[in-house]
Amino acid sequence: MRNKKLVNYAKYGYIFSIPFILTFCVFTLYPVLYTFVIGFTDLKGAGNTDWHFLPTVGKNLFANFKDVLTSGTFQKAFKNTWTIWILNFIPQIGFALLFTAWFTDRRSKVKGQGLFKILFYMPNIITAATLAILFNVMFGYPKGPANDILIGVSKLFGVERKAYNFNANEWPVKFIIAFVQFYQWYGHTMVNLIAGVIGISPEVFEAAEIDGANRVQTFFLVTIPCIRQIMLFVLVTSLIGGLNMFDIPQLYIGTNANNAGLTTNMYIRNQAFSGSYLYNRAAAASVILFIIIVILSSILFYILRDKDEAKIKKLRKQELRAARKGL
Amino acid sequence: MSDNAIRTSSIKKNDTWLKVVIYIVAIFFSIMTLFPFLMMLANCFKSSDEVQQSALTFWSADPFGNFKKNWTFIMSKEFKPAVGFMNSFIVATCSTILNVYFSSLTAYAISAYEWKFRDAFNGMIMAIMMIPGTVTTIGFYQMVYKLGMVNKLSILIIPSIAAPMTVFFMRQYLQASLSMEIVQSARIDGAGEFRIFNQIVVPLMKPAIATQAIFAYVGSWNNLFMPLILLTDKEKRTLPVMVSLLTNDSYRTEFGAVYVGLFITVLPLIVVYAFLSRYIVEGVALGGVKS
Repeated sequence: MRNKKLVNYAKYGYIFSIPFILTFCVFTLYPVLYTFVIGFTDLKGAGNTDWHFLPTVGKNLFANFKDVLTSGTFQKAFKNTWTIWILNFIPQIGFALLFTAWFTDRRSKVKGQGLFKILFYMPNIITAATLAILFNVMFGYPKGPANDILIGVSKLFGVERKAYNFNANEWPVKFIIAFVQFYQWYGHTMVNLIAGVIGISPEVFEAAEIDGANRVQTFFLVTIPCIRQIMLFVLVTSLIGGLNMFDIPQLYIGTNANNAGLTTNMYIRNQAFSGSYLYNRAAAASVILFIIIVILSSILFYILRDKDEAKIKKLRKQELRAARKGL
Repeated sequence: MSDNAIRTSSIKKNDTWLKVVIYIVAIFFSIMTLFPFLMMLANCFKSSDEVQQSALTFWSADPFGNFKKNWTFIMSKEFKPAVGFMNSFIVATCSTILNVYFSSLTAYAISAYEWKFRDAFNGMIMAIMMIPGTVTTIGFYQMVYKLGMVNKLSILIIPSIAAPMTVFFMRQYLQASLSMEIVQSARIDGAGEFRIFNQIVVPLMKPAIATQAIFAYVGSWNNLFMPLILLTDKEKRTLPVMVSLLTNDSYRTEFGAVYVGLFITVLPLIVVYAFLSRYIVEGVALGGVKS
């Protein structure tokens, strides 16, 4: 008998992961750590790469963080980011759920769903930069489609009114940016949720129907709990995306209108790549943002975790431990 | 009996009403989605004066003359869509290929082999997905600057080898569809591990690769933040960076021309979407369920 030598396949697991790990270390891990370090240094000035830790130049180690947190612009940017995200997320999840309920309803089969899904999803693949500028021209002052509609509708009711400058006021700017975000993402969220509902076993719905649940009850008491995991996924990705918002506010309004549309990401870029090139302060702001996102994501995962699954996992671990002890 | 019949008919009546409401709202949203694009198309064929008079009408005195004028104006300045297209094409194509190939390879390493740090590595990938892009920006820029790689398109391409999101989806797909028996029989036939991956596993993963490739492509094509920071050379601008030039003051009064500029950048996306929309929407659904 030929004694075939035993091949150790495990090493291929390592070999095949090397490209990922190397790239990750060089292009993500190192920059992240570098950013953390820069947050504690005096690095500033265009193209400067020479830095010293703050205590060595006689400053408080946390001076950059303090500067950022006490800066009125950062506070405003932070508030704006949250406001815009919330203004966009609530209608986004609301309408996505509404359409999900309608399109997946077993009793009234809506025709032309495929077409609606394709249409609603379309803005998501369009370059956000293009959409931002398109909406900017649409809400132009004194002439633009939005003002044309506004004046036209007023005329119908017999009211003469002047063009409104949407881009000079705090709240209209926020609402419009939130709307563009909503416009780009509600279809995406809807498609995700519908996929989740389709994945639910039909027996669950049949049982609910037999028990006499009406549409609304079925949706709130059966469908939504079943798609909890997907809603978590949507919430977390939207939150991370929302806190990283850049393209749309940057090109829609920039720093105009008294920073009404300034987001934290825009703040970071403006600090680092314009004015006096305060890389250190921008890095500190990034770190603050990073910590906030990690904390929030962890909380969300904890609140919405699958409790049954967690229990099973715990039990399995205990069993394993017991088995090991027995051995 | 009759009581039941009345109940059924009232349910039916309610159903019709509900359906009417559903269609009205859905059609309203469809119009809302299409309106900006239709308006953009209409205004491409208008002179700036006509846009000023009313941006909403679909009428123009000299549509083709205006379009030509708008076109000449928009092409005469810094805005060079051809350059943007070329750069975006290079970046998006290369990074998509690297993204899907190496993500498949990594996912295969996790699902097919038993190795010591496998679970730890898998957990790490999940954690990395949460790292927001911003947090790397400053450090990344400093590193790139020191390496002298600013204004090199390759710096936008190479990092896509490590795409945790894609690895995550690929792993989900492999767990459901990879049977180790095929791999074993290929081993018995004497195929090397690398060859097995390229000739057996990759073809097996085609549906997942297609879906993820579309998303990687769209994501890379539309990316503005990093290119805006890294590319300062005019000849290296990608399309979104090109588009961002349209906010410059020199275009402020040429409304028709700005619409043409936007239209040029949107058109290819819409054409591609018209052909691939079904797969794209199905792909989104696939990603959502699996997570």
